[in-house]
Amino acid sequence: MSEQAHATTGTYLRVAAILVMITLIEVGVFYVPAFQSAVVPVLLVLSAVKFALVVMFYMHLKFDNRFFTFLFGGPLILALAVAISLMFIFYGAIHLRSGT
Amino acid sequence: MAYNTDTHAVAVAHGHATFMGIDNRKMAFWAFIGSECLLFGSLISTYLVYKGRSLTGPYPHEILNIPFTSFSTFDLLMSSLAMVLALAAIQRGDMKQGKLWLLITALLGLVFLGGQFWEFSHFVHEGLGLTTNLFGSTFYVLTGTHGAHVTVGVIWLLTLWIQAMRGKLGPGNALTVEITGLYWHFVDVVWIVIFTVVYLIQ
Repeated sequence: MSEQAHATTGTYLRVAAILVMITLIEVGVFYVPAFQSAVVPVLLVLSAVKFALVVMFYMHLKFDNRFFTFLFGGPLILALAVAISLMFIFYGAIHLRSGT
Repeated sequence: MAYNTDTHAVAVAHGHATFMGIDNRKMAFWAFIGSECLLFGSLISTYLVYKGRSLTGPYPHEILNIPFTSFSTFDLLMSSLAMVLALAAIQRGDMKQGKLWLLITALLGLVFLGGQFWEFSHFVHEGLGLTTNLFGSTFYVLTGTHGAHVTVGVIWLLTLWIQAMRGKLGPGNALTVEITGLYWHFVDVVWIVIFTVVYLIQ
């Protein structure tokens, strides 16, 4: 894909509108007691959608050379793996100590 | 020798195309952003690992101000929009619009920094310092590192705006603006994660 084939101004404005709407939903989910049981997965999914929209459209990764996706996605996956591993190690150790 | 010097000067000004046909500056910057993912990944991991482990207050739910931080998030999202509009304008040669959107992006960044300064001052007043508890240590290091990145971004944007005002930035420098934009949008996506992990998931 050409490095110059970027989105149009209309696309940028639509993405901004979606980002604002998702942020409002996130804040709504935080405050509405009915959502409290599923607040963590819902907020993580909404955050991931916002993250992906900015990276794909504003950082042009959707339109740019796929090598950039590798340069960004590789360390991102590694960072996620480190975060998840640390959570497992730390909370696993706590559960072992407490015998639960 | 003169030929080599001239060639080098041209190469510095316009960058090299790699064997894949990608500009070397853009490739290097994406690699830098990749390394930044690991930096913020480690800081966010540290925050999560120590989450809820503070033995003394203030605790997150006592002092975090969600409406105020939601406004900061909105501000940073709008700055990302302004940044892409600046890049689009400069790419099509509309320098008047380009300069305007660059300045708006920088000003929105300054508003975010002002908000963060107010938030930190308020927290210190409430008794949360860097060494008060685990929440204070991990919170200030994570959000402070992000704030330092925003500060660098604002200085970078204002430098570009001054160059544009002096007529030294044009469509020929669109890649420079694009790389600045990559940095700015990365700062935005990091905040998207921080807003969810630190502020909303308490």
